Amino acid sequence: MSVATVLQRCRDEGRAALVGYLPVGFPTVPGSIEAMRALVESGADIVEIGVPYSDPVMDGPVIQDAAVRALAGGVRVRDAFTAARAVVDSGAAALVMTYWNPVLHHGVESFAAELAAAGGAGLITPDLIPDEASEWIAAARRHDLDTVFLVAPSSTPERLATVAKACRGFVYATAVMGVTGARATVGEAAEDLVARTRAVTDLPVCVGLGVSTGDQAAELSRFADGVIVGSALVRCLGSAPSEAEGLTRLRTLATELADGVRRGRA
Amino acid sequence: MTHAPPGRFGGFGGRYVPEALVPALEQLDEERRKAVVDPEFVGELERLHQTYTGRPSIITEVPRFAQHCGGARVVLKREDLNHTGSHKINNVLGQALLTKRMGKTRVIAETGAGQHGVATATAAALLGLECVVYMGRKDTERQALNVARMRLLGAEVVAVEHGSQTLKDAVNEAFRDWVANVATTHYVLGTVTGPHPFPEMVRDFHRIIGVEARQQVLDLIGRLPDVVCACVGGGSNAMGIFHRFIDDAGVRLVGLEAGGSGIASGKHAARFSTGEPGVLHGAYTYVLQDEDGQTIESHSVSAGLDYPSVGPEHAYLRETGRAEYRPVTDDEAMAAFALLSRTEGILPAIESAHALAGAMQLGRELGPDAVILVNLSGRGDKDVHTAARWFGLLETPGSQPALGHQDPSGTGGSR
Ligand SMILES: Cc1ncc(COP(=O)(O)O)c(C=O)c1O
Repeated sequence: MSVATVLQRCRDEGRAALVGYLPVGFPTVPGSIEAMRALVESGADIVEIGVPYSDPVMDGPVIQDAAVRALAGGVRVRDAFTAARAVVDSGAAALVMTYWNPVLHHGVESFAAELAAAGGAGLITPDLIPDEASEWIAAARRHDLDTVFLVAPSSTPERLATVAKACRGFVYATAVMGVTGARATVGEAAEDLVARTRAVTDLPVCVGLGVSTGDQAAELSRFADGVIVGSALVRCLGSAPSEAEGLTRLRTLATELADGVRRGRA
Repeated sequence: MTHAPPGRFGGFGGRYVPEALVPALEQLDEERRKAVVDPEFVGELERLHQTYTGRPSIITEVPRFAQHCGGARVVLKREDLNHTGSHKINNVLGQALLTKRMGKTRVIAETGAGQHGVATATAAALLGLECVVYMGRKDTERQALNVARMRLLGAEVVAVEHGSQTLKDAVNEAFRDWVANVATTHYVLGTVTGPHPFPEMVRDFHRIIGVEARQQVLDLIGRLPDVVCACVGGGSNAMGIFHRFIDDAGVRLVGLEAGGSGIASGKHAARFSTGEPGVLHGAYTYVLQDEDGQTIESHSVSAGLDYPSVGPEHAYLRETGRAEYRPVTDDEAMAAFALLSRTEGILPAIESAHALAGAMQLGRELGPDAVILVNLSGRGDKDVHTAARWFGLLETPGSQPALGHQDPSGTGGSR
């Protein structure tokens, strides 16, 4: 099922969607799945399931460290399918966020088939641009999966149009030039980028990179269809003295963010 | 007939990067195409080659070394004599001039052994650019002298603490910096890999090696060589010397990869022996990877060859059969290192010693009628510490250990 349905429901409720990122396998595979369920229970509409990768060039230190620990713990690519099933069963939509080589190595067609079978909605691909994605897009269309590509503040109008055309589900607008990681402000570049993206597409536009507080979520939800939060959630799990405490912190933050996306347009 | 799309060598290459970098790559591609037909740019690069780098680099025939190569004639292309000690300067000067053309004021680079970092710091000093070099924490420790060299040249050296803390992680960190600072910053990538247009552009800046060497061998010997040997890390010195010979069907092109402790040991950087096609650092090419597509760490006594991936054009040359690739073990490379030093008075870089070991194999296979051209990509000054430890020359002052005897610890200095 496409995330478009979820985004439409949020729109009907007069609010932005909350999209939460967590890497599978961190702190452990069962621990990460439990964290994803907690995220959904606390108000996330869509869970972005990260596939830990050895060379994550779009990620800052928090997600890099989580990936290193997940890989050291033996996480496998196929664990993302298990996580997708768990997320869907707990009532949210599941998108898998992965660098390209794990998909390529798995086999693009079989990855798409297995993800669809697990109930996953599609893929977010941070290092795959539409120009290189014809095989993936074809497989995704065959299996009715979303293809979410990224746009950046540096994107030209031509690139925005090219990328938006290849997207299904939503367009992922990165709020700042840079890698993942919480930032004090996520201001103006995001609003400008969303406006420029809307000029070339009718698809929903979700904003991510740097968001860590309910107030930031509220600010972004004034103009975005969804607010994407990653590092701040991962840090809840990574910095806590115990897994139980990590889940408590995660629930607290997710609840604050869910409140943020609800009061932004109030 | 089907044409490969731009940035592809057959099926290899491409542009696997965050969207944020696409405008910068498009700008770079456009600028470098304009630059190479702009007499001002071409003239300035030529002037720097002649008055700064010391081009053309000479060739040297090495008959005493050749006695160990089945009696074949062996000719070295002396990139080791370039300013900063290796071929790396050819590419760096070209990219630094492009940086100025694009109106950018800051360059970043990755480095493993430190040679590319030193070359970039040098060009930045020469052209008045701010310079940051990313280097894996482990490499900053094993190449401490090159860290000091870069700092003396005014560059900031950042030790990368993430992942395996080696070259591949330095590349990751350079990409992260670039995404955040692309408006003011050019990433001076150090070899023929990465997203389009890097593989093509870096090759073109090194192509002068083969252009000079082909004519020099013709002048010296009266015919083309039978074989051209070059070591292959990312593959820039090899593409540089190979490219002018690609249409010379009678000339064998042989790339030598780091065989480390041997293929069977699993500790090597022989991408063409055990790697599979995949994507790393922006290009579709051969990659050392596990069954989930996670990059496997490489191993080599030579920091400059210690990289889990290889330039996509090499993957294409291998697939089409135009070039062949062989692994050379640490032991074989160090034996060739010692041999060239003792027979010819030339200390090669350990990277280049892999190419010399290849020439020893090929000479023995082809016999005395063969002519072998070897790209001596760099000098061994940076490797004296590693070699001294490898051969046990530091332990007992006054005694004279025989070269060819391996350090009993077997660790070398650079792993
Ligand atoms: C002297 C020398 N040769 C070769 C290499 C390997 O790089 P490439 O394969 O790009 O020539 C290096 C890299 O540091 C080097 O310093």
